Amino acid sequence: MSAALEANGRTVALTIDGRDVAVPEGATLLMACRAAEIATPTLCFLETLAPVNTCRVCVVEVEGSRALVPACSRPAEPGMVVSTDSERVRHSRKMVLEFLASSVDMSLAGTEIHGWMETYGANPGRYGPVAESVAQPPKVQDDLYVRDYSKCILCYKCVQACGVEAQNTFAIAVAGRGFDARISTEFDVTLPDSACVYCGNCIGVCPTGALIFKTEFDMRRQGTWDESRQSVTRTVCAYCGVGCNLDLHVQDNRIVKVTSPLDHDVTSGHLCIKGRFGWQHVQAGLDDPAGPAPAPDTAPGSSSGSPPDRRPAS
Amino acid sequence: MAAAPGAAEREAVDAFLASLAEPAGEMPPPRHLLLPALHALVDAIGWVSEGGLNHVCERFGIPPAEAYGVASFYALLPTEPRAPVVIHACDDIVCRMAGAHRVAAVLEEVLGPAGGTDAVTWLPSPCVGACDRAPAAFVQRSNAENATVDSLAPGLPVERLLADLAGREGTDLALPLRSGSVRIPQVEDGAQGLRLLRRIGRVDPASLDDYQAAGGYDALRRAIDLGPAGVIREVTDSRLMGRGGAAFPAGRKWSAVASAPARPHFLICNADESEPGTFKDRALMEEDPFALIEAMTIAGFATGCEKSYLYVRGEYPVATARLDHAIRECRHQGLLGANVMGAGFDFDIEIRRGGGAYICGEETALFNSIEGFRGEPRNKPPFPTDRGLFGKPTVVNNVETLVNVLDIVLEGGPAFATLGTEGSTGTKLFCVSGSVTRPGLYEVTFGTTLRQLLDLAGGVTSGRRMKAVLLGGAAGTFVTPERLDLPLTFEATREAGAALGSGVVVVFDDTVDLADILLRIAAFFRHESCGQCVPCRVGTVRQEEALERLVAGGNEAALLEEIARGMGDASICGLGHTAGLAVRSALGLGLIGNGGPR
Repeated sequence: MSAALEANGRTVALTIDGRDVAVPEGATLLMACRAAEIATPTLCFLETLAPVNTCRVCVVEVEGSRALVPACSRPAEPGMVVSTDSERVRHSRKMVLEFLASSVDMSLAGTEIHGWMETYGANPGRYGPVAESVAQPPKVQDDLYVRDYSKCILCYKCVQACGVEAQNTFAIAVAGRGFDARISTEFDVTLPDSACVYCGNCIGVCPTGALIFKTEFDMRRQGTWDESRQSVTRTVCAYCGVGCNLDLHVQDNRIVKVTSPLDHDVTSGHLCIKGRFGWQHVQAGLDDPAGPAPAPDTAPGSSSGSPPDRRPAS
Repeated sequence: MAAAPGAAEREAVDAFLASLAEPAGEMPPPRHLLLPALHALVDAIGWVSEGGLNHVCERFGIPPAEAYGVASFYALLPTEPRAPVVIHACDDIVCRMAGAHRVAAVLEEVLGPAGGTDAVTWLPSPCVGACDRAPAAFVQRSNAENATVDSLAPGLPVERLLADLAGREGTDLALPLRSGSVRIPQVEDGAQGLRLLRRIGRVDPASLDDYQAAGGYDALRRAIDLGPAGVIREVTDSRLMGRGGAAFPAGRKWSAVASAPARPHFLICNADESEPGTFKDRALMEEDPFALIEAMTIAGFATGCEKSYLYVRGEYPVATARLDHAIRECRHQGLLGANVMGAGFDFDIEIRRGGGAYICGEETALFNSIEGFRGEPRNKPPFPTDRGLFGKPTVVNNVETLVNVLDIVLEGGPAFATLGTEGSTGTKLFCVSGSVTRPGLYEVTFGTTLRQLLDLAGGVTSGRRMKAVLLGGAAGTFVTPERLDLPLTFEATREAGAALGSGVVVVFDDTVDLADILLRIAAFFRHESCGQCVPCRVGTVRQEEALERLVAGGNEAALLEEIARGMGDASICGLGHTAGLAVRSALGLGLIGNGGPR
């Protein structure tokens, strides 16, 4: 995207919050806001995917436009007069954040979301204790990852990553309608029965922890997940010659999950099943990575499914 | 593991694909035939079964998860087993005033709980577009032997429907083709001066000869003489505004598409009439189908479209059958297809059935629905005249808008513009229902006051006092009796903070529980939200919850106002933008929520 923008050379001049801003032709209002260092909240937006503008938290006010417009997808036009901090914008952002936080478990969403809620004065509690939510039991159907849709804000990113924007597998789609809309396989069949190839690219793009490594899910349940004890080591995947960068998230000398940097030329953050999940051999013979690290023998019996397959290679 | 299709499932899908004008051979059929294929499956076996869906996916080369996402979007395409005969019993605004609850009780007693899987079941339904005969229902019927659309019955009075069911147990419920199913009191009274309704009751809707003998196709002949630019000039001069609810100038839309360099151009007639309280387009389609086809042909000629889609509400089987018949007749007579009327242009119409989703009346959702995707609205811009159906310049017009074009072409735009007011030219169809003596469809010149319209309908039901009028349907606003001298024009209603919308006029008398009506409106929007954007998906739920608390005496007016604002400002499309209007207007007028405890 950015390469294409630079190739053109023409710029668009507009006003944002009273300031003159110039951006490359084709840039979105979000890019313009970021260029002007105007903080703009986003939830369904990710640099590596086409904007779907479903969450509406990035809405801004454009003079002459009856409704607010999503900054993430609306191209900047010459002479546009944009307000990102008007009462209408602040109100809509507050409402969107309240609507989400009152219906979805946001506990694993990025910390910045909680900052925005404070900034915009969101008070999800005011919808009452019985406000309908998407709460439901997590889908634990295999040893690789868990789908906990009580944390799903329907940002569509996993569907994009599973489909034409990365994996072209199409194992999941949005099904149903309205508040019943949900991410689903056909007829809600289990992942092993679906077209899923376990690339895990849906996990890589999920902003709220609805899609989560089984290792992380188990460790969080056991209370052993501790990011302050984790380090990230960048390496190159050894399985084939493509050269995907891997970020190994390591806690207590054990790999607990694998990601890939969004800005990596080869992967754009996407991997295959081997790079994403095929690291057990690295620590074959070591203790259970999902168990309490200091005393693995005392790990309580897991009630949430079988532990990861980690037969020793020997 | 993937369920294998049974013989009936295979047969339904394969027969549909073989029946196409260009039958699908070895190659997968285009994606835009997905919704018709799913309809064929449901027509045959009553639901979108796992095996059936898998067979569709195999033929189309579509991933099952995607096709399931599409099917599960539509109320008339159940993804769970359902009885082969389903009575969709309307319990929306007008029908609930007319005893929908009693109807539901009878249905439950006769057929058991809603949504059963035995021979016949029933389901509560949003408005089925038969408010003139409330309480109404529409019957969805399927079986492998008789799976055509005319095996579905239209909005019938439920009593009669139940009698039919009791007597003949789910046998042929179809109406005879010629029966008038919409109440049009002006036609019954032989009123003079009707324009849009003038052929109704006088011209056989099944006879092209009859239509032509009554002056049909004079307008197309005149249009061909005028040429495309001449037609657009007349439509522009007429100052015809769209009748679907948005009131956009038709001439501007047409000239934008006509001059768009990208090809091909598409024309869509938006006949997905689903705004609660609306039944005007159904009347035109059922009783005067050739007029719509002629008008579409003129629109296609003027804007350079060879291909058009007529997207008819899934709940309108009689309209669909009559239009289908009329299109065949026109093709047969050289009035559709290649070289129309020998005038050197090609134009044809393909009917598409909606799947039971109000949102598909939103034009960009309609594009996605036709293309075989979930009916989720798209962002605007780009606008449809620029990038619409299949990404090409597209004209989308409402049925009533199009039918106006016939007279505009015949008498000239300036003459048409002398009717009505400066900002609202011509006549308008109004769907008058609720507590009036003669509910039904009325045609009046723009500028007629609300009082005059209600007088035409015989005034408020005898012995009752008017409490309020809902203008524009569920997405509309209330008007109180002090405002009855409001002229029915786009400009006057806009000034009054209301809107004509699709021409809905529902009258509530002093015995009506408006809180109950508003709760139904809130439930309607919650049910019909596509779910794509947060403000509408969650906002419609929060609105319903807060309204329930308010009705129970809670102090929720301020919160409701905030929810309405949030939906109105931040939603993607018109559904979200208007989902809070009725509640907001009722609160503003003090029709609900005043004087409650706490």
